[in-house]
Amino acid sequence: MSELLLARWQFGVTSLYHFIFVPLTLGLSVLVAIMETMYVRTGNETYKKMTQFFGKLFLINFAMGVVTGIVQEFHFGMNWSEYSRFVGDIFGAPLAIEALLAFFLESTFLGIWVFGWDKLPKKVHALSIWMVAIGSNLSALWILIANSFMQEPVGYVLRNGRAEMTDFFALITNPHVFYQFPHTVLGGFCTGAFFVLGISAYHLLRKNQVDLFRRSFNIALVFGFISVLLVTTVGHTQGQYLVKTQPMKMAAAEAHWETADPAPFNVLAVVDEANQKNSFEISVPGVLSFMSYNSFSGEVKGLRDLQIEAEAQYGPGNYIPPVTSIFWSFRIMVAAGGWMVLITMLTLYLWKTGKLEGTPLVLKALLWSIPVPYLANFTGWYMAEVGRQPWMVYGLQKVENAVSPAVSAGEILTTLIGFTVIYGLLAVADFYLLVKFIKQGPDEPVTVGAQKPSPKEVSLWT
Amino acid sequence: MDLNILWFILVAVLFIGFFFLEGFDFGVGMLLPFLGKNDNERRVIINSIGPVWDGNEVWLITAGGALFAAFPNWYATLFSGFYLALFVILVGLIVRGVAFEFRSSDRNPAWRNLWDWMIFVGSFLSALLWGVAVTNLLQGVPIDANMQYVGGFWNLLSPYTLVGGLTTLLVFTLHGALFLTLKIEGDMVERARRVATRVGLVTIPVVLVLALLTYVNTDLFTKAGAAVVFVGSAVFLVLAWLLLKSGRNGWAFIANGLTIVCFTAAMFWGLFPRVMVSNLNPDWSLTIYNASSSPYTLKVMTVVALTMVPIVLLYQAWTYWVFRHRVTDKHLHY
Ligand code: HDD
Ligand code: HEM
Ligand code: HEM
Repeated sequence: MSELLLARWQFGVTSLYHFIFVPLTLGLSVLVAIMETMYVRTGNETYKKMTQFFGKLFLINFAMGVVTGIVQEFHFGMNWSEYSRFVGDIFGAPLAIEALLAFFLESTFLGIWVFGWDKLPKKVHALSIWMVAIGSNLSALWILIANSFMQEPVGYVLRNGRAEMTDFFALITNPHVFYQFPHTVLGGFCTGAFFVLGISAYHLLRKNQVDLFRRSFNIALVFGFISVLLVTTVGHTQGQYLVKTQPMKMAAAEAHWETADPAPFNVLAVVDEANQKNSFEISVPGVLSFMSYNSFSGEVKGLRDLQIEAEAQYGPGNYIPPVTSIFWSFRIMVAAGGWMVLITMLTLYLWKTGKLEGTPLVLKALLWSIPVPYLANFTGWYMAEVGRQPWMVYGLQKVENAVSPAVSAGEILTTLIGFTVIYGLLAVADFYLLVKFIKQGPDEPVTVGAQKPSPKEVSLWT
Repeated sequence: MDLNILWFILVAVLFIGFFFLEGFDFGVGMLLPFLGKNDNERRVIINSIGPVWDGNEVWLITAGGALFAAFPNWYATLFSGFYLALFVILVGLIVRGVAFEFRSSDRNPAWRNLWDWMIFVGSFLSALLWGVAVTNLLQGVPIDANMQYVGGFWNLLSPYTLVGGLTTLLVFTLHGALFLTLKIEGDMVERARRVATRVGLVTIPVVLVLALLTYVNTDLFTKAGAAVVFVGSAVFLVLAWLLLKSGRNGWAFIANGLTIVCFTAAMFWGLFPRVMVSNLNPDWSLTIYNASSSPYTLKVMTVVALTMVPIVLLYQAWTYWVFRHRVTDKHLHY
């Protein structure tokens, strides 16, 4: 049991940590590619400076994404060997394809981009950052195909004591992917957009390089506004979809204990998991039915009934995931989405009417909004993964049967502490560097060789 | 040829690619604090692998993914069994990976020094432990009837496997030094050459000891093909050293590269058709058949690999071509 708990902690800590860096890579790679494309098209040096400034921040973040990703790649074998044996026939394929199709692309072309400023024609150089952006987003696609199999197994048959693939096409067209992939990637785009918006706002507040940061602000504003509208729309349809495929998860996300028709929506609730009820709730009648089915009537099953059904189907056991934390994660994610919609709309309005730079409060709010999409990403994954409990692979394998028998609790504890300490120290260094470069702004060359290069040769990468 | 054999060969090829390419990255990383006398020199050294190290590392990630997809039981037994060793390798790769980016981002000499040593430590641990891991695979480890590794961490360390680790450590260092003679300029080239000559002198006897211990501890030499390739790797090593002595650095690099290729190939050949040897009972060994995925999955993966690998090779080769010139201290990134 304690092996299980430690292994879960370890996976949770390392994945959530990996996913601090991933969304920014997804969004910022595209934004930097857009910036460099503007440079190639207009020939305006401001865009080059902009590309290099945000590119430097991108690189620091990317390095952390890469090294934490390597841990993830081996994690399934290390801590979840029985899981790997059980689904390796299916699950390994998207992982291998991800490396072959996406990781090679992004890492190779990133090397070219970083070192190729004066070795390649402008267009080829810009193309290489697009390759990085495509590679990153492709990697998201393949890993989410893998994750979707765990959420909603398709294209398999149980044979030889394991799940075997029967239909590769079904695996990659898993309906779950069609929600999870856009939602996650758009969440990444929001993260990138708010990052650029916040930093640009910071420099606009200080009247620093106003021309450059106005332009980056505008790019990020448009990009962010579209992304945040889409991410919330996709999120909503995803919720409706999950009511059908993972009703237990959504009932937990709504702290909805009793089956009801029409079902009320709990805006806020104090959950009493021991007694399987809410000791306090503020609810609006009919709205949960509406959110689930776009109609004010319709039965939404409650956790208690779902538990009874699950026991009938899978045998005795507890099939209710931790309700309180899932309930709150969902609310935090949705609130974060709401906040981002509001603030981008307000900013767009102020920008159109030319009042933006006369409203420092909004610029400050944008700066302080940088963590908001991070919070949404974090709580979103928390809900998606913890809401799947007790299943490792929905309906097929429980988490308790997935853990590695060959690994002792002491070993997991050692590595859990090891990863936590190293990750903690790296987070400090990473944060220090990001803040330093953000404050410093685009002007100063970042590193200087022994002989000062002539101004012509100065790039961020001198 | 059945697909299980094809995939065994593909996995071997991925590890050969990884050891060949990342081998010189590790070597360069280990030599960094010693060859680079000042900040500028160190930056030149790091920049010699700057554009390519991440792409090279993806060979490992792909090998991991390929193991998972084609031989899930191998993936599961190996990584849960070699748990702490793999953890140490991962720590090495983590600190080394961020160090490349971080070291350049602050001018404070103490900061730079710290990350330079992280590059050293990360490269050192990985270079050493890969040899330990590979020789363990071949020698056999305690695996029970349920494919579970039942030894601990210390079980992985024996005289034979330690010599295995020492071998990869030295061969990669030599590989890195030879790579540097081709990629940098000025009197550092001469220094790298001198280091390579000295390391080579130590490496040759170690490889001979390894050959002897392999003969005693494993059944590799019962397979004529594997034995020939193993001996071939030692021959290439001596050849590399002789070529270096006569000033042909480029040829020496190639010869030593062939040492790595032959050594890895011999190890996998020696394993075949097993993928992990059980030293408790030969029947409990994992083989390319009892560890593999279903025929359907192997077929799918074969199609994917045969279309993707050539494309990847093409653009990776292109990178090396773009950065074929020696690194000067004019345009340094790191
Ligand atoms: C939605 C996106 C997403 C998700 C859910 C994950 N990753 Fe990730 N991963 C990326 C998106 C990404 C990325 C954007 O492509 C990264 C981040 C920064 C980077 O360098 O690439 C990356 C890097 C990265 C790397 C390093 C690649 C390199 O060297 O270039 C590996 C090995 C993994 N990941 C593996 C995993 C595994 C096994 C995961 C499952 C637990 C996982 N990632 C979750
Ligand atoms: C990067 C985004 C992800 C984050 C932030 C994330 C987060 C988490 C968290 C917090 C847990 C712990 C749940 C618990 O123990 O109660 C977990 C478990 C798990 N997740 Fe994810 N996850 C991510 C992506 C993935 C992907 C893409 C996969 C599969 C390809 C995956 C597979 C798993 C597995 C195998 C477990 C362990 C079983 C468990 O404890 O539930 N995760 N994840
Ligand atoms: C009104 C707004 C939103 C709604 C209704 C919504 C809905 C959902 C739902 C239902 C899930 C669970 C999916 C599952 O369990 O498989 C989810 C997951 C997630 N959400 Fe949201 N979301 C919203 C806003 C956001 C925002 C703004 C972000 C990020 C900026 C975000 C990032 C994520 C992530 C990363 C996941 C986990 C991956 C996944 O399962 O798709 N969400 N969201």
